[in-house]
Amino acid sequence: MATNDTALTPPAHEEHHTSTGLDNTKMAMWAFLGSECLFFGSLISTYLLYRSRAGSGPTPGEIYDIPFTSVSSFVLLMSSLTMVLALAAIQRGDERGLRTWLLATAFLGMTFIGGQVYEFTTFYEEGLALSKSPFGSAFFMATGFHGAHVTVGILMLLALVGMSMAGRLTVDGARKVELIGLYWHFVDIVWIVIFTVVYLVPTE
Amino acid sequence: MKALSARGRRLLLGGLLGVFSILGAACGGDAGPQDFLSPEGPVAERADGLWDLTFAIAAIIFVIVEGVLVYTLVRFRRRAGRPAAQFHGNTKVEVVLTLIPTLILAGLAVPTVKAIADLAEEPQNALNVKVVARQFWWEYEYDNGLITANEMHVPTGQPVFLTLEGQDVIHSFWIPKLTGKQDVVPGRVNHMQFEADRPGEYWGQCTEYCGLSHANMRLRVIAHEPAEFDRWMEDQQEPAAASVSGRAAEGEEIFMQNCITCHAIQGTDAKGRSAPDLTHFASRGTFAGAMFENNTENLKAWIDNPEAVKPGALMPDYGLSSDEIDAVVAYLQSLE
Amino acid sequence: MATAALQPRRTIFARPTATTGWYSWLTTVDHKKIGIMYGVTAFVFFLLGGLEALAIRAQLAVPDGEVLNADVYNQFFTMHGITMIFLVVMPMGVALFNYFVPLMIGARDVAFPRLNALSYWIFLFGGIFIYSSFFLGGAPDGGWFGYAPLNRDLPSHGMDFYAVGLQVLGVASLAGAVNFIVTILNMRAPGMTLMRMPVFVWMTLVVSFLLLFAMPVIAVALFQLMFDRLFDTTFFNVAAGGDPLLWQHLFWLFGHPEVYILILPAMGIVSEVLPTFSRKPIFGYAAVVFAGAAIGFMGWGVWAHHMFAAGLGPVANSAFALSTMFIAVPTGVKIFNWIGTLWGGSLRFPTAMKFSIGFIAMFIIGGLSGVTHAIVPHDAQQTDTYYVVAHFHYVLFGGALFGIMSGLYYWWPKIFGHRLSEKLGSLNFWLWFIGFNLTFGPMHIVGLQGMPRRVYTYPDGMGWNLWNMMETVGAFIIALATLVFLFNVAVSRRKGRNEAGSDPWDARTLEWATSSPPPEYNFAEIPIVEHRDDFWHKKYFVGPGRTAEPVFSGGAVDHADDEETEPHIHMPSPSYFPLIAAFGMLVSAYAVIFALPAVAIGLLITTLGFFGWVFEPGTAE
Repeated sequence: MATNDTALTPPAHEEHHTSTGLDNTKMAMWAFLGSECLFFGSLISTYLLYRSRAGSGPTPGEIYDIPFTSVSSFVLLMSSLTMVLALAAIQRGDERGLRTWLLATAFLGMTFIGGQVYEFTTFYEEGLALSKSPFGSAFFMATGFHGAHVTVGILMLLALVGMSMAGRLTVDGARKVELIGLYWHFVDIVWIVIFTVVYLVPTE
Repeated sequence: MKALSARGRRLLLGGLLGVFSILGAACGGDAGPQDFLSPEGPVAERADGLWDLTFAIAAIIFVIVEGVLVYTLVRFRRRAGRPAAQFHGNTKVEVVLTLIPTLILAGLAVPTVKAIADLAEEPQNALNVKVVARQFWWEYEYDNGLITANEMHVPTGQPVFLTLEGQDVIHSFWIPKLTGKQDVVPGRVNHMQFEADRPGEYWGQCTEYCGLSHANMRLRVIAHEPAEFDRWMEDQQEPAAASVSGRAAEGEEIFMQNCITCHAIQGTDAKGRSAPDLTHFASRGTFAGAMFENNTENLKAWIDNPEAVKPGALMPDYGLSSDEIDAVVAYLQSLE
Repeated sequence: MATAALQPRRTIFARPTATTGWYSWLTTVDHKKIGIMYGVTAFVFFLLGGLEALAIRAQLAVPDGEVLNADVYNQFFTMHGITMIFLVVMPMGVALFNYFVPLMIGARDVAFPRLNALSYWIFLFGGIFIYSSFFLGGAPDGGWFGYAPLNRDLPSHGMDFYAVGLQVLGVASLAGAVNFIVTILNMRAPGMTLMRMPVFVWMTLVVSFLLLFAMPVIAVALFQLMFDRLFDTTFFNVAAGGDPLLWQHLFWLFGHPEVYILILPAMGIVSEVLPTFSRKPIFGYAAVVFAGAAIGFMGWGVWAHHMFAAGLGPVANSAFALSTMFIAVPTGVKIFNWIGTLWGGSLRFPTAMKFSIGFIAMFIIGGLSGVTHAIVPHDAQQTDTYYVVAHFHYVLFGGALFGIMSGLYYWWPKIFGHRLSEKLGSLNFWLWFIGFNLTFGPMHIVGLQGMPRRVYTYPDGMGWNLWNMMETVGAFIIALATLVFLFNVAVSRRKGRNEAGSDPWDARTLEWATSSPPPEYNFAEIPIVEHRDDFWHKKYFVGPGRTAEPVFSGGAVDHADDEETEPHIHMPSPSYFPLIAAFGMLVSAYAVIFALPAVAIGLLITTLGFFGWVFEPGTAE
């Protein structure tokens, strides 16, 4: 297995042997992300069913601000890059670099969330609410749960920063960072799907 | 049978006898007004034909497989000097036993899909009725504008094509002897069809859990010979006759003060549409979602406190005095 | 035994050390103890669900019954369904997964012991939460399937408890699924390839994948219902454009895999019990395994057979009719292979075997009636009648529960060190068999005679009276049989009675290679596996004439109970943070319904629980 093996950070404890060679926690994260695919799939399917049911409220075509959302999507995409850089840092033993890139990732994530908050507030002022129409309900549910996932991700990134500062990532740290990285990249991929299906594909 | 003791044989025979007599009692004869093993119209008969085929196959499979199971249990009981044979499988047997069920199912699939397609075709020259389902009663609207409730009158020998609309929650319209059910889903329009072979009264009820009185949301389909159906239709389209008797006239006045928010009686000021149309109420054998026989005692109890006799009923208790209720009942009974 | 941490930062983080007493149960992360807790809790819920059933049957014994009014009846039939599915059959399966999967694969515990404990505590709190609704304004009353839009309109808090409670339980199931997938894939003893695993372990793996993918779908549906009821969203608000069928699609996309989640564990148990008491290996191991996986996979393609009357149209109805028919094929494969296992064997019939055979006999009936549901035009008659109630009770009671009872009788000596009485077990079985068939057999008939489901009463003159009375009598016989089981449990405990060694049945799989009950670390030495049914191969070999001959080295029992040679194996330390995290979820659950801002308190408790979990010292090496 040994994807975490580095020349400069030899494993300080015996790696537990596993039947498949894949680390337990990594396998668990993959399994969990598999279930999350169904979770977001159901939310997005609901959106697809309801996107043309705007009732008396604004329709997707009327309310979306594609340029704005494109910018915040780009921000989130860049956060995946910084996440990769964070992992590379700890893999070569550079904990200071790790913390820098983790904070950058968290900061980009927070910017994305900030953009979401701004967007939701604007939509609300323009007449689209959770309770307004099936379109409103489905839109806010899908993007809201995604935002909640990003927020949890940010908290975990900050926790990693804290753990690094407390010296708790010197042993087996790369594995933990990789784990959160997997989650973070997944949340990013979900956003790419949402951005495409919800925002970009036009609703007749 | 040899391997069983005398007692075992007796038990087995007794058990089988018990089970088969029960099954015989179940299958023999007409067992009730909603028994769909005895269909009375072509749609239900088509489904019943599929059932006969499927049940026959299932029964044969049941006898064979359970029989082999019982045989195995008896023949391979532990016996000294006869150890277990250590085999892991038999590919040929397994393949055959996989293919046979597949072929049987394929055989069942063909007539099933055909029937699904046939029954989905809108029938020609049908009588169209729009069914509107509400908690806990049924409204029927004919093409010519006639609106009645709970008891649907139809002619024999002519297909009836129903359009199903819901107003509150999901219900399901079902007349077992004439056709399978179809859900009434608010926000969607569903269709179903049936035809009655013979005149008579066919019973049904709501079959999608819809709240407190789901069990009480019943219905009747009353089939007439075509000429008699036409006569019924003509009578129903007459407005309510002006009442004559003093008691009924008193009742009419009380009715017009309390009941017209929801009820309609053609030819009067009562034009409410959220409760059953009562124009020819006295011509109905049942009321309140075909839950009660249409008689004086039941009517009084109902008007006095609907919720007490039909949980969740949306008709309010108007706090009428016993005397007022008597009058209203007299009025209702004048609405032939 | 694990000692306190090397350098606790704060004493709050010191790992608890109790190994006996009630506190040890609250903080345990041992899969065996957790399995026992799951089993006991599920059994208590079984009694509650059974009482609900008895009340229902008392009400329906005669036409126009007056035992329960409509409102109470509707709560009871809803809770009976929720209880039996989510609080009995599923956790019973998990109880046995928990206890036996690590043993069967030669592991010392599951992959994530604290996550395992978390699943249990969430389950317990979720069940208590749902049942507390009886005292807090009324239990859920929309049916276990909770169709929209009725589910959002029902006025009491009942459906709020439904939406929130099932959500909470779902978290427990999802966590458990992840745990077992990783355990089975990653923690097998050396030499135990996937095709050498016991069928029960395979079924656990398939069930875990089903849970992994099905729970999120109902989670979305429940969130939509919760938000409709709490925040006035419009998912199922027809006037605003909501579609009631959205609920049905999401619910049944979960709901159909769910029924395979309910039955596959029992099928796994039967696949272990039959070979042991036939004294030969399972017939067609690969086919049985692949059939189980096929059922799991195909189970995703049949969901709309629950919606044949909903008006989806002839094309959809035909497609689902076909997929429903064909899922009978792998099911048939299993049944034939079980009979093939019995064939040629040397059959003994202790209670465990009786229940497994009863499973086969009853499941054949339930499976056949299931196939008749696929005949769409006739299903339009059958659906929502007692004919369907008969079908699913034959597969869930005659199937899943009989299978679970088989597992309990089979594995009881391993868990507790003594067997259950065979005489009482036999009485238990026959009473249950007779009572079960008397209760649910007539339901086929009364359903075909037009009696709908979910009705709190029925009128006289429908031809249903006799059958309903029979069903009620049968239900009380089942109750009696259950009392016999409880009595059996109580009397078999007496010291010295029915004491069992490590391998009382002369069985085949690894759990029998260690003491009864096993030590905390399961095996003194992790076994090296060379065959399927490796334990059996340590005792026997197949001689000429294809019969089993004993191996002279005489048994392969792991000598772990010798006091002098107690090995120094470090097991994961107990922890109380899973309990705290689960408790936070309970607080949040009540807060969602009664005091929304207090959700923050619940979340805080859960977060603190997780922080403690992450920061507490690991097990001392």
